[in-house]
Amino acid sequence: MTGHRVTRSDRQSTAGLAVSAVLLVVLFLLPWWDSDGSLRVPLVAILYYLALAQMWNLLAGFAGLVSIGQQMFVGIGVYTLLSFAEDFGVDPYLSVLLAGLVAAVLSLPVAAFAFRLRGGYFAIGTWVIAEVFRLIALESDFLGGANVRTLTRESLGGYSLDTRNTVTYLMALGLAAGATAIVVLVLRSRLGLALRSIRDNQEGARGLGVSVGRAKLAVWVISAFWTGMTGAVILLHNPSTRAESAFSVLRWTALVVFIAIIGGVGSTTGPIIGVAIYWFVREFLEDAEEWRFIILGLIAAAMAIMAPRGIYGLLQKRWSVQFFPVRRKLVGPGVTGPAPGGPAQPVAGTGHPSA
Amino acid sequence: MEWLNAIVQGIMLGGLFALFATGLSLAFGVMRFVNLAHGDLAILGAFVAVSVISATGLNPFVSLVIVVPVMLAAGYALQLGAFNFTISPDPLPSILVTFGLGIVIQNVLLETYSADSRGLDVGSIEIESIRVTDAIAIGWIPLITLVVAVAVLGALQLVLSRTSLGRAFRAVSDDPPTARLMGINDRNLYAVAMGIAFATVAVAGVFLGIRQSFGPLDGPAQLLYAFEAVVIGGLGSVWGTLVGGLLLGVAHTVGGQFEVTYGYGSGPLVGHLVFLVVLATRPSGLLGRRAE
Repeated sequence: MTGHRVTRSDRQSTAGLAVSAVLLVVLFLLPWWDSDGSLRVPLVAILYYLALAQMWNLLAGFAGLVSIGQQMFVGIGVYTLLSFAEDFGVDPYLSVLLAGLVAAVLSLPVAAFAFRLRGGYFAIGTWVIAEVFRLIALESDFLGGANVRTLTRESLGGYSLDTRNTVTYLMALGLAAGATAIVVLVLRSRLGLALRSIRDNQEGARGLGVSVGRAKLAVWVISAFWTGMTGAVILLHNPSTRAESAFSVLRWTALVVFIAIIGGVGSTTGPIIGVAIYWFVREFLEDAEEWRFIILGLIAAAMAIMAPRGIYGLLQKRWSVQFFPVRRKLVGPGVTGPAPGGPAQPVAGTGHPSA
Repeated sequence: MEWLNAIVQGIMLGGLFALFATGLSLAFGVMRFVNLAHGDLAILGAFVAVSVISATGLNPFVSLVIVVPVMLAAGYALQLGAFNFTISPDPLPSILVTFGLGIVIQNVLLETYSADSRGLDVGSIEIESIRVTDAIAIGWIPLITLVVAVAVLGALQLVLSRTSLGRAFRAVSDDPPTARLMGINDRNLYAVAMGIAFATVAVAGVFLGIRQSFGPLDGPAQLLYAFEAVVIGGLGSVWGTLVGGLLLGVAHTVGGQFEVTYGYGSGPLVGHLVFLVVLATRPSGLLGRRAE
């Protein structure tokens, strides 16, 4: 034995996990000290945007699947919850899980069409398919997407308003934390290595025996499942909807893409930074939705040109920070590890900074 | 007869779709660049025409003399100043920049012109038509649109196949490094291509505004139709783009014949479904040379 080994943790990432754990406990206990909901209610939107951004980032940043059709899975989640809870009398909280499952199942035929396209054409192709779902919801008598539909008190069962608010908040927290955990776990797995090899060189990866199609399909279905559940929780938070808003490309894809780019595409920490900036911009421009889109859109477009790895990428270039233990490093005698403040030494398969 | 009329009107509408698709197809053909703001740029062109007309009182057709050079210059400048920095094997930056640009254009238009629908008024020709039979009449505006689309595509085909500019386009499309060695300034050539793409999409936007009312958020739908026309026709084929546009137009008008629940018209839905069927059965398009 030479004493060399590959590690994914170091002091920084251990500290990162500890900070995340403390933050998570504080957020989990929030309903018990924020009794009037003044912090909790606005936080729900931030949390579900984090979940959506992590799932878009998993596709675009790690699998090279730049989807502009995420609104289809949000809308599917919204209308699945509406149908199950309103029309079939299923418990609304159980319906959240069903919403994810329906989105995951429908993502398979979507992939059969969209995966025939690559790059920018894949992006527009997913947008077209999202439009198909929007038009179906709009024109269907059963879904009634042309009119405003509301999740009524009857279908929300015997739960009190306070309980409902707390459960919605905790579900949003679970979705955000879960989405981050999913990305970290996927990156640490064989699937994560396969994805990064595909992203860096698809033909090369195929040559080394990576089953490209299967790896992409796996993250596609995972992302659809989680985005569908997030859509259902969005309806629980804001119980009136129609097809235009449930399948809105501006709200459920454009804003999500901006959050991910500004924070940093291709990193798990990036979307967290991005969503914090979104919160900041929203507080300042509360009543000016157009200006929010203009400002975030301009920043995102400028970032895509000048700093494609976002704010997190800039921080990493400067200080080599790594918040989550996902990067593989070789340690042992004779290997100089990253000195504090010095550049990191990526090993094969980790061509891009992706902590 | 009703169906025959729907097909004839669809072919006319297809001319507009082909006009929208031309610039998208050119930018992809020359530099593998997919511009997600394409539809929003068409709507921007139509709004520029609104401003030009209200300032000068020109006829919308004549306003093209100002609108087209303005958009051509904008395309040239934007490619040199921004898009060129995103050209790489990784498509992510170019998608993100153009997607962001599109959303910014929509919201700037909303702030500047409000959400009201507009139209470009060309006078009595708007309602005049050629009566072919009792049931079929071809409007002058749709007919002019189709003729302009064929003319634009024909001119593009001539430029690509017969001129030194076209040769340079084909050279950078096939092999940029070698083209550079031969003394071609590829960055400048990309800017010229984007200028032409912006000019054609501005023409499409103005014709859209003459044909129907439009609003600041109508761009994405036009992007999707243009994209569908390109893919149905086949990537890299100029005449394929025309065929794709015509087929999509027919799908829209024939689909619009179906009764729908709330009277929204199922034309766009049928159009999307026809696109998906072509994608599944002939991924390289009807006239495409190769799968992409």
